[in-house]
Amino acid sequence: MTTDNNFGLKAGLLSLVILVFFLFSWHALVVAQQGPAAEGLDPEYAALLGKQATEGDSALPKPHEVGAELWRHISDPFYDAGPNDKGIGIQLAYSLFRVLTGFGLAALVAVPLGFLIGMSPIMHKALNPFIQLFKPVSPLAWMPLALYTIKDSSLSAIFVIFICSIWPMLINTAFGVSNVRKEWLNVAKTLEVKPLRTAFRVILPAAAPTILTGMRISIGIAWLVIVAAEMLVGGTGIGYFVWNEWNNLSITGVVSAIVFIGLVGMCLDMALARAAKLVAYAE
Amino acid sequence: MADQPDTSARKMIEVEGLERRFPNPADKGETQVFGEVSFTVAEGEFVCLIGHSGCGKTTLLNILAGLDAPTSGHVIVDGKEISGTSLDRAVVFQGHALMPWMSAMTNIAFAVESRWPNWSSAKIREHCQQYIDMVHLTGSEDKKPAQLSGGMKQRVGIARAFSIEPKILLMDEPFSALDALTRGSLQDELVTICKATNQTSFMITHDIDEAILLADRIVLMTNGPEARVCEIVENTLPKGRTRSDMHKHENYYPMRNHLIEFLVNRSKNFAEEISAADFDPRNPPVARPAAETHSSGSPNSTSNNAAATQEKKAS
Repeated sequence: MTTDNNFGLKAGLLSLVILVFFLFSWHALVVAQQGPAAEGLDPEYAALLGKQATEGDSALPKPHEVGAELWRHISDPFYDAGPNDKGIGIQLAYSLFRVLTGFGLAALVAVPLGFLIGMSPIMHKALNPFIQLFKPVSPLAWMPLALYTIKDSSLSAIFVIFICSIWPMLINTAFGVSNVRKEWLNVAKTLEVKPLRTAFRVILPAAAPTILTGMRISIGIAWLVIVAAEMLVGGTGIGYFVWNEWNNLSITGVVSAIVFIGLVGMCLDMALARAAKLVAYAE
Repeated sequence: MADQPDTSARKMIEVEGLERRFPNPADKGETQVFGEVSFTVAEGEFVCLIGHSGCGKTTLLNILAGLDAPTSGHVIVDGKEISGTSLDRAVVFQGHALMPWMSAMTNIAFAVESRWPNWSSAKIREHCQQYIDMVHLTGSEDKKPAQLSGGMKQRVGIARAFSIEPKILLMDEPFSALDALTRGSLQDELVTICKATNQTSFMITHDIDEAILLADRIVLMTNGPEARVCEIVENTLPKGRTRSDMHKHENYYPMRNHLIEFLVNRSKNFAEEISAADFDPRNPPVARPAAETHSSGSPNSTSNNAAATQEKKAS
């Protein structure tokens, strides 16, 4: 309908205006911060100090500089010039692999355990203190323990992702399972449906939307945590890339990494939102 | 004159002295919802239970279905005492209780698979299609419940219950959530199906006209707590009655008035009735409201009706 088209168009235009305003203010702020250039510096020393000391440029890059950096990354994403210099595509691939592995393992544990907790009130009460105790612990606090026992930095990162993504899925699954409408369970009872068949044909589809919401939350948290974990652990990954760019005083690199992190996170969320739509039902 | 009950038909359901008590948190005691409930349902018979809200009708149905257990008393189905739920006793719930992620066909197929797990999917589909056609939902098989109207959803619920070919059909106010027009057409369909299949049925309702149309006998329950079966009314209207012409029969208003009198007055004032020395709650009196053959007044007046009602003890 024309009203829907108008609405979408208006919102899109407004987004564009906000973006232009934001870029314009950014540029203006950066130019305003420009200071005087230093003089008579040794060229090697000048290179180490960076553009701020030598040319009086602001610490922050201008929008078009970030744009150029983004383009540079996209145009050759998979180059490999040594351990400290890999393309953005490779770094993101490492991070995605760790996130998906940790998340996948967490799902394999959280969904069956959540089922058990949801269906058995006594298991719920028994396991609840442990869940409540470990849930608020920052996943990065698990990092030293993981490094000490697992001894491999990549596997430790995967473990940290596992431990942070398990909680939302576990809690949501337990909630979804325990809140299945009694009516539907009664229908299964009157049809003499065996418990396993009831679990797969009635409880799982009924709880699926809630379970997938838990997964969506988990993947968001996992993507947040991997960046931090990789900053700590180093080696490869987008988190390591950010930290490396920071160590090179390449703020442009840092800002462009932020854009990529945001884009990939958005795609992960969209994928799970699509999956949630598939299992949704109208009551 | 109305048909005599067929006492030679075997008893499908025998309810003896059923009682249900619930713990009362307020005074740490127990509340008795109903007690000493006794009645029978013969094979092929359609029995309705009428009573106000709170008299434990749904609780009673849940006990008959096996979803709940009585505090005391027995339910004997086809000669065996029941324990738990059974495919022999199909239930049509008040809310249609369809699984919203399954289509109409899949909802019915779920029931059929539960009953005959060894059937091929083609056979199951064919069997379900029969019942979908029976409730006039051909063409809507693949729709999800959200795409169906209230009446259509309840039709699927009925088709699901019939598709497992149960010994007994239990219905908990199946049409109360529907508008009057849909209710009427579904009642007609139910009459047709039950007649064709000779289905033994037990239905809870608070719609008097529905009871008069569908039931062979009507069990009257007083108000809860401590509800009792106060009377069993035999339907004096002839079999083969239809919604469109039953009100023309001379026994219609005596039946209707008797039931209204019960719902409005007698269900509340039951205590006075049971003070009569020969009232046995396990053997409630049977009433057959019918028009006076030599009456000069209209059959509508209650005093006339009281004279016309013949009370006799159930044998």
